Parts: sequence; C-alpha cells; structure tokens
Amino acid sequence: MSSILNDDETLGAFLDRYRSMELLRFLTCGSVDDGKSTLIGRLLHDTDRVYDDHRKALEEDSKIHGTQGDNVDLALLVDGLKAEREQGITIDVAWRYFSTARRSFIIADCPGHEQYTRNMATGASHCQLAITLIDARHGMTRQTRRHAFIAALLGLPQMVAAVNKMDLVGWDESRFRELERDFLAWCARLGTPEPTVVPISALHGDCIVHPSTNAPWYRGPTILQLLESVPVMKPSADAPLRLPVQHVIRPSPDFRGFAGRIESGSVAVGDRVQVLPSGRQTRIARIARDDADGGDLQSVAAPSSVLVTLVDEVDCSRGDVIACVGGAQQPVASTSIEADLVWMDETPLLAGASFLIRIGTRTVPARVVRIRHVVDVDTLAQHARDSLEWNEIGRVDIVTQQPIVVEPYRQMRSLGALILIDRVTHATAAAGMVRSGDPHEPSPRRAHWTTSPSPTIEPPAGRSASESVERAARWRQRPAAILLFGAPKSGKTRRAFALERHLWQQGHAVIVLDGQALRGGLSRDLTFSDEDRSENLRRAAEVARLLLDQGMVVILSMVAPQSAARDLARDLIGPDRFLAIDCAQASEDDAALFGDVEAFIRPDQTLGEG
Amino acid sequence: MHDRRWTHLDDLEAEAIHILREAAACFERPVLMYSIGKDSTVLLHLALKAFWPAKPPFPLLHIDTTWKFREMISFRDETARRHGLDLRVHTNAEGLRQGISPITHGSRVHTDVMKTQALRQALEAGRYDAAIGGARRDEERSRAKERIFSFRDRNHRWDPRRQRPELWNIPNTRVHEGESMRVFPLSNWTELDVWLYILEHRLPVVPLYLAKPRPVVERDGLLIMRDDDRLDLRAGERVQELVVRFRTLGCYPLSGAVESSADTLEKVVEEMLRARTSERQGRLIDHDQSGSMEEKKREGYF
Repeated sequence: MSSILNDDETLGAFLDRYRSMELLRFLTCGSVDDGKSTLIGRLLHDTDRVYDDHRKALEEDSKIHGTQGDNVDLALLVDGLKAEREQGITIDVAWRYFSTARRSFIIADCPGHEQYTRNMATGASHCQLAITLIDARHGMTRQTRRHAFIAALLGLPQMVAAVNKMDLVGWDESRFRELERDFLAWCARLGTPEPTVVPISALHGDCIVHPSTNAPWYRGPTILQLLESVPVMKPSADAPLRLPVQHVIRPSPDFRGFAGRIESGSVAVGDRVQVLPSGRQTRIARIARDDADGGDLQSVAAPSSVLVTLVDEVDCSRGDVIACVGGAQQPVASTSIEADLVWMDETPLLAGASFLIRIGTRTVPARVVRIRHVVDVDTLAQHARDSLEWNEIGRVDIVTQQPIVVEPYRQMRSLGALILIDRVTHATAAAGMVRSGDPHEPSPRRAHWTTSPSPTIEPPAGRSASESVERAARWRQRPAAILLFGAPKSGKTRRAFALERHLWQQGHAVIVLDGQALRGGLSRDLTFSDEDRSENLRRAAEVARLLLDQGMVVILSMVAPQSAARDLARDLIGPDRFLAIDCAQASEDDAALFGDVEAFIRPDQTLGEG
Repeated sequence: MHDRRWTHLDDLEAEAIHILREAAACFERPVLMYSIGKDSTVLLHLALKAFWPAKPPFPLLHIDTTWKFREMISFRDETARRHGLDLRVHTNAEGLRQGISPITHGSRVHTDVMKTQALRQALEAGRYDAAIGGARRDEERSRAKERIFSFRDRNHRWDPRRQRPELWNIPNTRVHEGESMRVFPLSNWTELDVWLYILEHRLPVVPLYLAKPRPVVERDGLLIMRDDDRLDLRAGERVQELVVRFRTLGCYPLSGAVESSADTLEKVVEEMLRARTSERQGRLIDHDQSGSMEEKKREGYF
C-alpha cells in the first residue's frame, strides 16, 4: 500500500487536513454472489489501503478459498469468519474502515442471504447512504426491492444502485438503461430521494475508484466520486433539543449531574428546559466539564456526550428526556404507540405477546395488542394478518405499562426508534419505527383525552336505552354542557350557581361541576400545571358526558386556560351539546347569560313533540 | 464546542462515552479490562471523562500473565495510583504452578491458559456481568463482525452466528444470571484514530511505544526484547542493542519490536502514517493459524 502521509507532507499539515476530513457511514447490500465483498475489497485495494501483510495473507487465502482461479480474490479481504471463507458467503454485518485524502469511511457490509432483512435494517440504522448491488444479468430481484424498501423505511437520505458484472453483459448500454429505469421506478414508488445508478465491474475495477474505458456512454460519477461528494448528514444545532438521560452522576451531595448524549439540537447555560415525561420545567445551570479538558461549556450541540446540571431540584433520572420548551414539535409521554416493525425473531409475533420495549434510554414492559397489517415487500400491498413472521415488516399497536417518551421516527429519529426485547430469551425480537401521525396528544396528561365514544353498555333490565330521550322530553330541555371559564376570581363560580338557580326555577334538571370542588376528590392527585388543569377539565368533561346521557344540563365552572384543552372538551362532549362562555369577556348582565343558555338548551321540534 | 470544528475524533469520542455510560447504567457489576496498551490508555481516559467529576463506577481488571514487560507493570501501577482507581490484578495460579510459559509451551498454550482461562476465572470470581475492553474492529478480520455490546453465554463463549442485531444506538443489554457482555467502546476507532487521540490529548503511554536502545534477540523473524533472564538464548542467538519500539504490547516473548528512531509521540504518529504493514504483524499470537483470532474469541479470549 501507499502511506497515508503524502511524501512531502509534514505531520502538522496532515493534522490540519485530518481535522477537516468528514466521516461518512454507508452500507452495501445485495444478494448472494452480487459481489458486495468484491466491491469493498476493490475499494480498499484501488485506494491503496491494504497493508502489505494483509495483502500477503490475502494471496495465501486466495490459493485455498479463492474463487478467482489464480487471481487474488478481493472478497476475502472482507469475509472475516472461517465459515464465511469456507462457504464463500458473508454471514453477518461486517464493519470496514478506510479513508481517502478527503474523507473517512465506515462501511457496514450487509449480507443478502437468510437474515437479509435483519442485517440490512441493522446496517441501515447506522448509515446515511446505501449502495445496493444489482447483477446486470439477473436485473432487479425480490432482494433488490426489499433492500430498497428497508432503506426507505429506515429513512436513509441517499441511495445508490451499482449495476455489477457489466463485463458479463458486454457493457451493453441498453441493458444498463433498462435496469436504471426499473430501479428509479421502484424508488419513486417507495418515495425515496432519487437514487444514483452506476454501471460497474467490481471484479475488474471499472467505475469503482477509476472511471471505465468500457463504458464511454456513462458520464456519471464513479462509486468513490459519489462517496467523496455526497453531503455528510449532521445533526442540526437548530433542531429541537433532545437529551435522553443515561446516567445520574452524584459524586457528592452538592453535585447532581445528568449525563447523556445530545441527540438533537443544542443547549446553552440558562436555557429553559423540561424534563419528560413529568413535564417539570427548569433551567440549565451548568454544562460541566473537567478543567483539564477546558472547563465548563457555555453551549453545546448534538451529537456531543455531555453532563448538565439543572437550576431546580426536579426529579430526573435515567430514561427521562431533557427537552426544549415549546416549539412546533413536541415529544409525548405515551402508553400507546403505533409503529412499523421489522421482525427479527424466529418465533413469529402474535397479537397479545409481551416484551420489553426500549426507546432512547428507557426500557419498559409492553404488549403488542394488535397487528394492523403486514407489508408484501414485492407489491407494497398491505395484508391483514394475525402474525408477523421472521424477516417480515408490519404495522402494530403497542401498549406500554408505563409512559415512555416518543416522537414520530420521521420527525425525531432518536425518540422514534425502538427495539423489542423478548422477556424470556432476551433476544432482540424487533426493530421498530414510531409512526408519524401517532394519535397521541402533545402533553402527558392530555394523552388521556380521547373523543372515541364510550363502549356501549347494555341498559339493565327495566331501563330503556331511550330513557335519556324520555328524560329530556319530560324536563323540556336539550341535554347540554355549559362551560364557564376564566381566571380565578373572574366570577365563574358565582355566575354558575346563579345560572343553576335560574334554570332550576324554570323546571330544568341541572347540576354544577365546580373545578375547585373536583380537586377535593376526583382530581385530588392533580397540580396546577397546564397539563394538570387540562386533565381536570378532561375529567369534568367525562363526568358531564355521563350526566348528559341522563338528560341533564351540566354547568362546568373551570379555569380552563388552554383553548386547545377546551377544544378537546368540545370534541369529547359533542359540539352541538357544548357551549363555552368566557367569564372575562361575557357581559356583567346575568340576564343576558341566562337568555343565551336557555336558547341553547331549548328542545328542538322533534324532541318537544316526543 | 461551537468555537471549533466538529471532527471525526469528536464523533468517535462522543460515541465511546455514550457506550461507557450505557455499560455503567445497564449492568450491575461492570469491569474495565485494562491491558496497559495504547487502546487501554484511550479507553481509560474516556472512562474518566465519561463519569467526571465522579470516578468511573467500575474497577479496572488486569490479567497478568507474569510475562508482561516490566515497564508495563510499573506504568499500570502508576496510572492506577495517579487516578486513585480500584485496580484488580489476576493471574492464573494453576497455570503459574504448572510453570506455563510462552517460551517453553508456545504462544497457543500460554495464551489459552494464562490469558483466556485466567480471564474466565477472574470474570467468574468477580461475577462481572459486563467486561469493557478496548478492542477495535479494524484490528483483525474476525473482529470486524463483533458487536459493540457482544453477548457471552454462561461459558463466556462467543457465537458469531447468533449475535444480537445492534440497531441505532439502543443496545439490548439484557442478560440472565451468569451470562455476560463484552463491551467495546472503541469498536469504530482505527489504529490511526487512537494515536491521533493520544497525540491531541497528550496522554501518557508506556515508554515501550517510543524508540530507544533495547536488548533484543532475533527469533522466528521477529525482534524479541530480552526483558529479563527468563528468555534463554537458543543456539546461535545473541542479544544485540538496537534502537527499537513496539507497535503493540503483550507478553514480551511474543511481541515483536520494530527498528525505529521515533522517540516522541509526534514521530511515532508520523511513522505510523508512513507504515505499510499492520500493527498486528508483530504479534506471534495471530500467526498460529489462519482464523486463529476467531478461535480464541470463541473460547473467550478478549
């Protein structure tokens, strides 16, 4: 090999060059015999990165295990395990390292045989670019489609297809264009970014490092040119802060630091943050670092591993997430997750099975309650099925025993990626991606909100399902919930009871649910945080819903400061049965209020006739 | 951090610290395998950094075959003392009694008894459920398939065909009683990365990495340093004083020196940047047979 240092280069000049070099992680995949190992061997060989003693060992191995006659078999540079060399296949993901003058590379070589889905997903979870090999003679196979599908599922931003063994089809341009069209069409269906397709011969080295004279019709980049020029994906410092806590460091009673890796965004001393799932807010006191390493930092960004301390003594431990406050994108503490799974266990998944789920740094018991569908990777059709088999991909609903902080994978990879662990064997049974559009509300308490109807309960003997209608008819009223809301001391409670008195005197069946009174019992566990105020409103609305079913008019007197929570209450009760009145805005005149409410609960014609 | 460019080494450091913290948080009795060499030097530095201002929440374990270079042992003790670390040293007493030596029994038996068996004894005695080591994937072909969190059964065996898939940075660290993990925070580092990190952070290393005149014997194509008089001279052998250094360190009768004038860290790095052979070339242990590292790993070698 040639040395890393250029002949006339000084160490200082090299170090400067090295510091500006970027690191790109990519994977290679393809079917057995498509030539992945040969491609990687060729990359190492043609960039002159094979040590002389390795080269010697390779020559010896080639004589025993080689498949290239008297020639050196470059695949043997990569196939590390004995069984692999003997069987001439690659068994497991192999990690390779090489660098050129411009970049360092980490390669995940993902074999394409039996455990292809598993291997491919594993490699893809660490990489930003996938090179899929296609044998020019065979064209796109089931495996090619699968590989591209998994790359798309895991959200790899860059795709390359290398059409290999072009020498065996006589460097036929029309054959190449046909395969290129096929691959582009498939990627378009998957919705991946547009891939680059390169004609190569890994065996002979065409279009890998050096351009090929065999394909004058090809004007695109070689594989190495691509690898050296695609933009390297870096976490953005402008993204929202996510710091999953790994470990609490307490060397003395007066220091309590939270250690973890910033997965997204950045953080500065003094920043207001929240600890999830509790939602407690505080500020960053220190970004602590040993003086020997340069001392404390004022700010730091992903993907640094850091140690922070917080201004207030809030509960925070492993599994919690320190996140920025506000912003469009909010993680949720959820007990109910919809996810796509790549099933990796030989034992199939059946609905109802229980596991441990790990997201970020939290691991909790969980159950897969439902398999929504299994994807046919060849046609992308979704089939309803009651099991998910080894290497299959499907969508499921998962219920966890404790809340776990999640975000859709497409939006925030670090809180959207999950693994399922078998509780008995401890095998990693599945890799999963939390779906976007997950139906959970953006705060811990509001996760309880649901607008789905209560389960239908058969009325007991002697009672009629239509009794609520009969009651409403008797009392000459339309059941309704009247929400009087506003800041404390805005007169809600006084007006609520005045309204109740008035309606009572008119012969209506009416009841007041007072927010403060609820806190004495039903909501005794709640605080006065926004989340808990929202939860108090939810509980009041649920009680109101039950009373409305009995034909009552319910007056809710609540602070209810969040319009989003009031909207949820409206959806829960039903917009036609819900009237919200802002006590800060409403007229002082009680008579006007009474008139509005009376109009709202006046029975319509059909009900009146009944 | 904002004031300077994020480099490849920053990336590797952040990843390694993340792994070390996972190991500390997820296991009951982790231990750091400290082998005194350059990789261990980086690993220990990262462990000190990962848990600062606390001490690393695990002891250091050194498997002493009694054939390590004397300078390695004094460096080891000095390092533990300087950082106030809990250093535990284990030697296979049975092997010692049998007089197992790399010189008379060869590297294969010696490594099996005094390293692999000794390691198993020490791990069982300490009931460690995670052994953190400084192995790198670029060292040797069979290591290229090693996981970062690598499962070992009750007999400390590695089964390359039944490894757990490792996704994103969320390791599955669950083990049953008696089972364990090997944890490799430097998996993605290359030899060059290790040296550049040592250079950048000015980490002290065993002086054997730096060139100086040393008494060596040429044997089986390697330059073996005569660190003490247990190394008997064979017929025709003679001790010569050569300016040498070591690219890797192990038991002295098994470690080949290279002739070099690199007597500073800078020169060592520069020499390595001009190297055309791999670091393991100087190790007898890997040359016994093709695939020998894989065999040793299956048996529980680190």
